[in-house]
Amino acid sequence: MIATETDAYQESFNQFQTDQSSTAPAWLTALRQAAMERFTELGIPTKRIEDWRFTSVKPLATKPYQNVQSISLANGDAEELLQRAKLDESFHRLVFVNGHHVPQWSSQHELPAGVVIENLASSIRDGSRDLQGRLGLETSDEAAAFVALNSAFVNDGAVVDIPEGVVLDRPIHLIFVSVEDGHTVCHPRNLIRLGKGSGAAVIETYLGREGDGYFTNAITQIELDEKADLDHHKLQHEQTESLHIASTYIDQKDSSQFRSHYFSFGSLLARNEINCMLDGEEIVSTLNGLYMPTGEQLMDCRTRIDHARPNCNTYELYKGILDDRARGVFNGKIFVHQDAQKTDAKQSNQALLLSDDAVVNTKPQLEIYADDVKCTHGATIGELDENALYYLRSRGIAAPLARKMLIFAFANDVVQGVEIPAVRQHLETILLSSHGLPDV
Amino acid sequence: MSSENALLEEYAQREYEHGFITDIEADSIPAGLSEEVVRLISQKKNEPEWLLEWRLKAYRHWLTLEEPKWHNVKYPPIDYQASVYYSAPVQKPKLNSLDEVDPVLLETYEKLGIPLEEQKMLANVAVDAVFDSVSIVTTFRETLEKHGVIFCPFSEAVHRFPELVQKYLGSVVPYSDNFFASLNSAVFSDGSFCYIPKGVRCPMELSTYFRINAQNTGQFERTLIVAEEGSYVSYLEGCTAPKRDENQLHAAVVELVAMEDAQIKYSTVQNWYPGDSEGKGGIYNFVTKRGACRGDNSQISWTQVETGSAITWKYPSVILQGDNSVGEFYSVAVTANHQQADTGTKMIHIGKNTKSTIISKGISAGVGQNSYRGEVKIMKGATNARNFSQCDSLLIGDKCGAHTFPYIEVRNTTGKVEHEASTSKVGEDQIYYLRQRGLPTEDAVNMIVNGFCKEVYDVLPMEFAVEARKLLNVSLEGSVG
Repeated sequence: MIATETDAYQESFNQFQTDQSSTAPAWLTALRQAAMERFTELGIPTKRIEDWRFTSVKPLATKPYQNVQSISLANGDAEELLQRAKLDESFHRLVFVNGHHVPQWSSQHELPAGVVIENLASSIRDGSRDLQGRLGLETSDEAAAFVALNSAFVNDGAVVDIPEGVVLDRPIHLIFVSVEDGHTVCHPRNLIRLGKGSGAAVIETYLGREGDGYFTNAITQIELDEKADLDHHKLQHEQTESLHIASTYIDQKDSSQFRSHYFSFGSLLARNEINCMLDGEEIVSTLNGLYMPTGEQLMDCRTRIDHARPNCNTYELYKGILDDRARGVFNGKIFVHQDAQKTDAKQSNQALLLSDDAVVNTKPQLEIYADDVKCTHGATIGELDENALYYLRSRGIAAPLARKMLIFAFANDVVQGVEIPAVRQHLETILLSSHGLPDV
Repeated sequence: MSSENALLEEYAQREYEHGFITDIEADSIPAGLSEEVVRLISQKKNEPEWLLEWRLKAYRHWLTLEEPKWHNVKYPPIDYQASVYYSAPVQKPKLNSLDEVDPVLLETYEKLGIPLEEQKMLANVAVDAVFDSVSIVTTFRETLEKHGVIFCPFSEAVHRFPELVQKYLGSVVPYSDNFFASLNSAVFSDGSFCYIPKGVRCPMELSTYFRINAQNTGQFERTLIVAEEGSYVSYLEGCTAPKRDENQLHAAVVELVAMEDAQIKYSTVQNWYPGDSEGKGGIYNFVTKRGACRGDNSQISWTQVETGSAITWKYPSVILQGDNSVGEFYSVAVTANHQQADTGTKMIHIGKNTKSTIISKGISAGVGQNSYRGEVKIMKGATNARNFSQCDSLLIGDKCGAHTFPYIEVRNTTGKVEHEASTSKVGEDQIYYLRQRGLPTEDAVNMIVNGFCKEVYDVLPMEFAVEARKLLNVSLEGSVG
């Protein structure tokens, strides 16, 4: 790795540390310093690394993105974006603009005792929560460099703690808005922890103003204790010149349930990783995703499921619709460790190609070290089913509309898995409008 | 299941039956690899200048390469200077008939169950027998030449048909292709050359039998098969090696060229010495196999039964250039004891209406690790290309592993790619059912495994299918529980 690529980040980092020196606790300063050193050591991944073979992050190396220290909400852009992102006034809401929490736009309804929904910067100031261990996330996986970069600049994000036995009745909506022009970067870090037998639904929305490209480098860490249940949604609507690189880490204990719904629409380059560690028995995890790149977009969806203990079930369905000169990458890794007998893992990836200039790269990957397991994966890539088209046309539906209906039906499989009505409606509207279908 | 476990353990402790050593005087060069060695090999084979140049180019390129690291197999670093790159049994220089072959060698092949005496052959198969670095004898040559089919040792083809060899050598697997292919290009010793002229349907199965005998010797053979327009050939390849405590390197290259309407069927039963039950010794099998469907409507089919070798690293591939061309890959790979396999295929669709089928069956037992690695690429011009892939893994015991690494790339909307993979184990209920009907556990397991592999056996030539089934049964002896 050439040192010059990380140099620009180093400068920005030095400035950041100086600015933070008066407020940050000593442990955090040290943690950021160590993370920066690790980032410099790892460098920006190149295409020669197997896990980055299909995704070039060259823009990062050629034009370093600058940290934003303060935010201005004056020109109204952010507010307008926020209105677009809001799904339902009844949700608990945390709003971040360019990585910084905006209290006046965030709102919380009455919360059961012990529930915490606040922003990370105030948690750090507060000093009452054990953050050191949680922020000190170190991974050796493919996203390690970006995790290190996020830790180096870690500053704000959402902190959600649901105590034992509490089931939240309203979803928590985390909204991340980017409005700054010029090559800016933000590093949101979200920490979500669910106690024994608790339940919650979380929605993360990312969006930004059209203009110069910015870079979002997000990390969400989720811990689910025994019998906890989390319904997690991510709506990626970043503007079309931006870079979005994100990792979600989930650590699950016995009998917990996790459902992930990932929807990728925006960004020039969007790479999303979901890492599920099933560190308990009787766990059920469902990972669903839909990616719809058009134009020059590249969407890289990656999942990794570690079956570390016996008797766990995982289900995975990722669908892609690719148009124009778009590229879609899917990599689904399933590791079944030697201990993990009676594992049942199912994975399916389906991609629909609408243009000859679009490219699909799919790599499902099973690594199995236990014998009493049921693992299957399937991948299909193709165009619309001629027979289905014919059927619709024979019933008097014109070819263009028939095509749109089939595309909608293909994508809707994933959308129907979303249980929150406001989110589902939002997605259906996008699906309908993106392929020019009249509202039905 | 403990008694069954014990039984299966015992069943796995089988002996490698081809592990004997033939005591014959050999002409070997000292161990080590250098430009001198490359020149020496070329000189020993009295090769023309162009071939030496090609070898040297390959060698110089090889020096710039690093051993690949992406595979899912583990082994201690190979010392390329410790291997002997040329070893030939001492015998009369030119053979015209079997009578002139050293009886010791004939006996060796007899013991391996490969009769080289034509009148004794039951099957209609022509055999080229390769012993360490050189080809010993090729049977049925006259019959074949009557039909215009050329089937001879590679070193002979270099002298007799230099234009053909020069035209096609390296045209599918260039010398710069990969680390092991470059090494092979620099030091390859012999192999088979096969040319089927236009419109000829080869009257018999062609076969090469490879035997590594000498100690510390690497075997680097090269096979080149060219099927001209409208021709057909079915080719079989078999291999064994003696039991030795050291690991021996085998890095072969196979190139297939199919012209318009031609069909090549290539079947391998690979039974190199797999090492003992402790994982000591065994062949490191790093092989590059690739076929090019150059002409329209051509067809290349790879069938492999991989039961031997400590490490198997091979990806027989097909480049589907011609319109309507067809590529097939059928594979059974068994890893028992400490064996490791990283094998699969590549199907590159370039022409229109090209089709490929991949059926891969991986069986892991003991502490064996079995990986399927495959790539299916549909290029932009490959309108209406189709691929179907199925990779199934069977696990026997809880210490083995089965892995799949499929890569799929599609650049054409009309392309259709389907990939399925599943992993399962030999079920206790299945064994119970068969035992209840009076079958001993061993037979029950064999029956289940053979059923699992049936789709692949069905496409093997008959004699090979029988051999493959026997081999598989022996490989898995004692490993089911």
